Amino acid sequence: MDPNVLSSYLPLYVQAFLLTVKIGWIGIIIAILIGVIVAFTIHFNVPVLKPIAKAYVELFRNTPLLVQLFFIYFGLPKIGITVSAEVCGAVGLGLLGGSYMAESFRSGLDAVPVSQSESALALGLSQSQLFGSVILPQAFSISTPSIVANVIFLLKETSVFSAISLMDLMFTAKDLIGLYYNTTECLVLLVVFYIVMLVPVSILGTVLEKKTRYKMFGV
Amino acid sequence: MSEILSVKNLSKRFDDLTVLDNINLSVNEGEVVVIVGPSGCGKSTFLRCLNGLEDIQDGEIILDGENISHDKKTLQKNREKIGMVFQSYDLFPHKTILDNVTLAPIKVKKRNKKEVEQEALALLERVGLLSKKDNYPRQLSGGQKQRVAIVRALIMQPKVLLLDEITAALDPEMVHEVLDVVLSLAKEGRTMLIVTHEMQFARAVADKIIFIDGGKIVEEGTPSEFFDNPKTDRLKKFLQTFSYNK
Repeated sequence: MDPNVLSSYLPLYVQAFLLTVKIGWIGIIIAILIGVIVAFTIHFNVPVLKPIAKAYVELFRNTPLLVQLFFIYFGLPKIGITVSAEVCGAVGLGLLGGSYMAESFRSGLDAVPVSQSESALALGLSQSQLFGSVILPQAFSISTPSIVANVIFLLKETSVFSAISLMDLMFTAKDLIGLYYNTTECLVLLVVFYIVMLVPVSILGTVLEKKTRYKMFGV
Repeated sequence: MSEILSVKNLSKRFDDLTVLDNINLSVNEGEVVVIVGPSGCGKSTFLRCLNGLEDIQDGEIILDGENISHDKKTLQKNREKIGMVFQSYDLFPHKTILDNVTLAPIKVKKRNKKEVEQEALALLERVGLLSKKDNYPRQLSGGQKQRVAIVRALIMQPKVLLLDEITAALDPEMVHEVLDVVLSLAKEGRTMLIVTHEMQFARAVADKIIFIDGGKIVEEGTPSEFFDNPKTDRLKKFLQTFSYNK
């Protein structure tokens, strides 16, 4: 392994890293927003919207991100909507992640026993007070581990972006290998940058789990 | 003594299954009514109807002169006046004991937090749980949790307190510590409707006992009439199941 090669590639990797983090996190924020809306729609049996929400979850959870990206990137222009690779990446990740997040949030909401609602109602709490003070905090602490797992999964899924020529980490590594054949250096840098991107998320996730789960579960 | 709660011709049906059939009951202020009967007879459903957790198909529920049976709008307001404690305690697991007790007065009655906390601490001290105020429910025993649940209902100053098999999930010693609290509430003149399988306790605490079977009130009377001179065969048979003398 040649240190000179490593250092000469470093700026390109940093650039790719920043882009990957940016698109990744925008996608995750979209995913969380979609997830919350879809989970509420299903949990509260909203008429008309519920079957649509369920169909969305099944469609996006059961198709690969690559296929979804192709539809957005190459399909939409056919009906006159052109999107940049960055927007396509963020939206695609958001739509895929939304279906996963929706199921995580919903499992938390569904896991709070009905008796919790009843005892809160018996105390005279309104539906909104009951939801805000009793159901939501419990649902969130139940959902936290799977939400953190989804975030890590989605950040890794960004590696698919290279298929739509987004200059992310994977694309940069493949590109450099193709041009100069310094396979070892390129792959080592690739692994290092993914670890730099994900380990802090993993640690933060553990801290968040401790904070939200201690009260209810003591761990 | 004035009448605080009156139930007239109450019927509850799930589709074509009649769970409660034409129930009539009058409860005076300060009176303790114990409801007994076999499992599935409708005792718990009856209590749940009283505070609107179940809707009713026929009849009237009159609390303190006000008909509360069918009005969805005032339901929430009326629930403040009817406290309920459940078999499974149902404390809020993400809140400390003190927060469990103070949640409803602060949120529902919009009372001053400091004032409510003082009151909560006094009530917790009364049931011997002041030292647990900063603990979470998971750190308490079943009996302790149930005493907290009673305090949580009491702090709303309900006109009537409904206790639904509150000792059914507890071991004998815990049953005793919880029932001691209920007994002291009875002595200070709380109006209570108690569903229980603890016959000794029923005898000690009740002013009136009613026996429900198949969704109907089969027999009612004072504790001594009820246990010593049961009139109906059904009640005699029910009471026999509590003795093991062959």
